[in-house]
Amino acid sequence: MRETGLTAGTEAGFRLKEWIFTTDHKRIAVLYMIGSFAAFLLAGLMAMLMRTELASVGPTLTDNPTNYNVWLYFHGAAMILGYQIPAVTGYFANYYVPLMIGAKDVAFPRLNAMSVWLFWMGIVVALLTFVIPDPPDIMWTGYPPYSIITEGNTAFYTFAVLLIGFSSIAGGVNFLTTIIRMRAPGVTWGKLNMFIWCLMAAFVIQLIFVPILGDAVIMLSMDKYLGTHFFDVAAGGSPLLYENLFWFYSHPAVYVILLPAMGVLFEIVATFSKNRIFNYKGAVYGGVWGTVGLSGVVWVHHLYVSGTAEWLVLIVVFTTLLISVPVGLLFISMVGTLYKGAIDYKTPMLYAAGFLFLFLIGGLTGIPNAMSAIYIHIHGTQWIVAHFHYVMAVSVTSAIIGGTYYLWPKLTGKMYSETLGKLGFSLFFLGVNLTFGPWLYLGYKGMPRRSYDYSQFPEFEPLQRFITYGSYLIFAAALVVLASWIHSLAKGERASANPWGSRSLEWTHTQSPPPPGNFEEPVNLPEDWDPYDYAGNR
Amino acid sequence: MSKILKYRYGTALRLFFLYTALDSQAHAEMGKEYATPHEGWDLLWWTLMLDIVIIGVIFAAITLYLLVKYKRKGLNDVGTAKPLNALASFGWVFIPVFVFMADDVFLGLENMKHWLDFRRPPADALTVDMEAYMWGYEVKYPEGITLQNELRVPAGKPVRVNLTSRDVIHTLFIPDLRTKWDALPGTGLFLWFHPQKAGDHVMTCTEYCGMLHSSMYGKIIAMPEGEFTKWVEARKPRSQAPAEQTELKPGGES
Repeated sequence: MRETGLTAGTEAGFRLKEWIFTTDHKRIAVLYMIGSFAAFLLAGLMAMLMRTELASVGPTLTDNPTNYNVWLYFHGAAMILGYQIPAVTGYFANYYVPLMIGAKDVAFPRLNAMSVWLFWMGIVVALLTFVIPDPPDIMWTGYPPYSIITEGNTAFYTFAVLLIGFSSIAGGVNFLTTIIRMRAPGVTWGKLNMFIWCLMAAFVIQLIFVPILGDAVIMLSMDKYLGTHFFDVAAGGSPLLYENLFWFYSHPAVYVILLPAMGVLFEIVATFSKNRIFNYKGAVYGGVWGTVGLSGVVWVHHLYVSGTAEWLVLIVVFTTLLISVPVGLLFISMVGTLYKGAIDYKTPMLYAAGFLFLFLIGGLTGIPNAMSAIYIHIHGTQWIVAHFHYVMAVSVTSAIIGGTYYLWPKLTGKMYSETLGKLGFSLFFLGVNLTFGPWLYLGYKGMPRRSYDYSQFPEFEPLQRFITYGSYLIFAAALVVLASWIHSLAKGERASANPWGSRSLEWTHTQSPPPPGNFEEPVNLPEDWDPYDYAGNR
Repeated sequence: MSKILKYRYGTALRLFFLYTALDSQAHAEMGKEYATPHEGWDLLWWTLMLDIVIIGVIFAAITLYLLVKYKRKGLNDVGTAKPLNALASFGWVFIPVFVFMADDVFLGLENMKHWLDFRRPPADALTVDMEAYMWGYEVKYPEGITLQNELRVPAGKPVRVNLTSRDVIHTLFIPDLRTKWDALPGTGLFLWFHPQKAGDHVMTCTEYCGMLHSSMYGKIIAMPEGEFTKWVEARKPRSQAPAEQTELKPGGES
């Protein structure tokens, strides 16, 4: 055992050059982790500024609405493109995939290094928001004509999207190749970890849809800077074209984030219940791939009141409602995994248990959004904001934070403090419900989203202030989580190879942290191996 | 309707044969002269809330039960569940799929009925033109009256608002009347509503439109019909030439 710090390097000690030029998937995972958590904290700070602004009617923190609009733009863009997508498809994917399938590294390590470089460049371009004179104020959706006529330098948005988009495409090619070609003998399709299946699905969606978003933002910049007229009504273009292109990617992007997040939670639930995955085949073929199948035919529900043709609206009502079917199968499978289990409530399992309730609320509050008549009232209100914060922001964050606690001993070779971990979870779970529960009601009453002020609705002030206090609790939770990790790095006990008693390869076949090349000897698994067979059924 | 059927998407529509059936019923509201979409919305909303609360409570209760019941007893306990056999595996896919789909189809059809109420304005509705701009609403009446950020309507009558935009995408949202629609530059869209009582309602923008987006709001004042007529007479421009209608592109079938 070496006395190294974060992940196994060749030597103890820290050399910057080794990290920048690394092609080791574990180090690349750490680079993704640092980048995405930095984006998370900064975008979270923007949320705190916005919530403070909304605590009272009229100016609270700033009297310039543009400041608020820039914070909101950065919050949305950084949370989706800088935090959630890279955290699940960069950080978790890099760390888990080779270890779970028994490979030494990914198929194309240098392409992998390029992916993380592109991601970091995207983060840097996004950060320039805070130093350039006219930062983008176009929201993460960037609808024209506003995004074309605005003073804001939207090219920074376009380039951040393109850099992170290319990073995703390279990642998709890399990981699909790795999973298809590099599984160790014995890791068959029927025994693949749930996370791997979910990740494959996510990358298939990325490869199909990311180029569409790339096209949309390039056309946006061409309209703004080069004088083309794709979205200019006066010249025969249409803003609706952009809205369609944008959501054609951005709705499937929800599943790019959600599926791997659920994959991580499946691992946690199976490990801490010491139990098989309930209806594995149903979850994989019905749940995971069913979601992929429907992901591309539901985007129009974002455009019900935008002037979309009525025949299309009425078809999409049904396709969108049908999303409940595969997602419901995944949910049943995860809940069923608890049945006859032996649940050990360590911190990661608490996050997984919390997810089950947060996701239930998030999923069910999405059903009204599928229904076009209901949507007429709730479109563009805080209902939508609260819904997607339940289903994406806090559900997926449960997976990312819980998943990080789960991975922590393997990643760092140290144990964390359960007390701090559980304190962080309690604050988080309480905070998100105090914040986003009333937020749903606010939306139902008609509070518009993306509003710096609400002087037309002064009666909302007490509730707005309550929500602001709730959101401070979430921020406090994030600080406790961060403190628990720093505490662990400084004072944590040494972790054994398999502190959770998992049966998955990354825990059973290598030390914590794994050495370069991952496994001491090539992995070759017996016929009766199965990552979820705790009861000895095989 | 027939106009839409003749439209080139006829095939896709015929698949939704119920759509036609429901449309013919839409105007035959029982005992009412006009539909009241916002009341229909409330009915649909509470039906839906009942639906999702029942599903939510069932799932949450099962989840909570399992989380508590299967808490680990001893340090070395492992789960004892067996993998499903092929029949059970199919059952656990097809039974939930059937239940969810049944609920989805129920909700989708309920939705259609109310959507048609929202999207089929009575032919004799009072029609006003509204142009949204950065940052406000300009309302034009057929009599030639122009208002800023204010829309006066007679209570108890259906009102159709023809929407367009001078610059970027805006939305007209009237929370009290549960309705909204986008205003797109160069494109004619509409919404209609039916305020039954006299009173004030907020109208506000819900599509981000730049710096003062949050200041883009106004008031809808539903007046008793007699007062409204008097108001129109008083405000009507002296010259009796009818005001020119804004030229609008047909906004598709929406």
